[in-house]
Amino acid sequence: MSEHRREKMLVEAIQNGTVIDHIPAGKGLTILGRLQLRNAEVRLTVGLNLPSHGGGMKDLIKIDDWRFTEQDAAELALFAPKATVNIIEEYRVVRKFPIGLPETFIGVFVCPNANCITHVEPVESRFSVIQEATLQLRCHYCERAFADTLFTENKS
Amino acid sequence: MNNPLFDRDVVSIGDLSKADIEFIIERAAALKQSGPMPLLKDRLIASCFFEASTRTRLSFEAAVQRLGGTIIGFSDSGNTSTKKGETLTDSIHMIAGYADAIIMRHPREGSARLAAEVANIPVINGGDGANQHPSQTLLDLFSIAECQGRLDGLSIALVGDLKYGRTVHSLAQAMGHFKPRFYFVAPEALAMPAYIEDSLRAAGIAFEYADSLEAVVPLVDILYMTRVQKERFDPTEYMHLASQFVLRPEMLKSAKPSMRVMHPLPRVDEIHPAVDRTSHAYYFQQAENGVYARQALLSLVMNEGVLSPGGGLV
Repeated sequence: MSEHRREKMLVEAIQNGTVIDHIPAGKGLTILGRLQLRNAEVRLTVGLNLPSHGGGMKDLIKIDDWRFTEQDAAELALFAPKATVNIIEEYRVVRKFPIGLPETFIGVFVCPNANCITHVEPVESRFSVIQEATLQLRCHYCERAFADTLFTENKS
Repeated sequence: MNNPLFDRDVVSIGDLSKADIEFIIERAAALKQSGPMPLLKDRLIASCFFEASTRTRLSFEAAVQRLGGTIIGFSDSGNTSTKKGETLTDSIHMIAGYADAIIMRHPREGSARLAAEVANIPVINGGDGANQHPSQTLLDLFSIAECQGRLDGLSIALVGDLKYGRTVHSLAQAMGHFKPRFYFVAPEALAMPAYIEDSLRAAGIAFEYADSLEAVVPLVDILYMTRVQKERFDPTEYMHLASQFVLRPEMLKSAKPSMRVMHPLPRVDEIHPAVDRTSHAYYFQQAENGVYARQALLSLVMNEGVLSPGGGLV
């Protein structure tokens, strides 16, 4: 079987749902954790350290019966900015889009500032994305900006 | 006349444009000159201090009462249902049903933004943790404009705790509209945070660090002192720092005659009391200006019309 055909099958072998492809090797489990946080019942199939088309390794996640919107995908942007999302219907890719960095993250991350009001009130966290020399997220409430690594390194 | 502040929340100095700031300062000057006006007559203002404060609470309450408004509220959270576990969200929902505007201070950063989103009446931030204290910045700007006759192109030294001091952060941010030159005088451990330096660079604002007060006194129009908290240092280290960062009257000999010393107060020992008797001392006028700046802010938020030079609302 050609490498290309093998990769195509890896992506398409679910009937309906979403396949997140080209996840940097090692980030698959983090993304898995986040997906389970959003939907504990969802059926997930995971491939780790798969050969990547361009050489090297990648992770891949298949999600049955959940067609991602661009907003769903954007929530994963900090973890896998170069991943692609394939929407599958009847075993075929019907739509494919890159994961894009959103302007804001709502209800996705916990504010790293321990004294931020969002830790003690029933309110969704909200961060705006600042792309200057380095990527930072600024909390809408406490107004502090934090490096993106602070969010990707902790599980919250 | 169009009033851009009417019915707005004032949470962060960054919410105010240069034009908004100038507008408030002009009204503060007008109110200082005209004396009290009944601009908050029949208005009920909730003064909600979830954390104790002297100057901010008293000057806000003085401002409301001088303008003929009525105050309800509390001066710390000890006697409120916060103690019983009520969320801030619920407290603000309830208070918004009682009053026409809320002035609040709270120990957590972001509390005022949250309150502003919950309340359907204007919320004015009187300090949210280490984050923002916009009315302090407005009174500082009003005082600078008053004693220098302008805000543009001034040389300003910020002295003391530049790391944790929200006052100097907001002042640096707001003065960014007016092309200042900053001199930072601070112990290394209390230097200006990198994110403030980055935002000044991005705005094209000139700043440099100086080693001592003596080095900057002859250069500046405003010497803005802040308190270095003793508890951040061991006693010997503090003594050494104090000798570098305490302002004494003899240091002022080389100052420009128009130079003014400001301080958000309370001062501890960073300004020698003998400085009070020099023509450069300006911190008590600055504190008094807090009432005028807050009168201006409240009257603009609460009234669509603005005060005409003749005294009526237009």
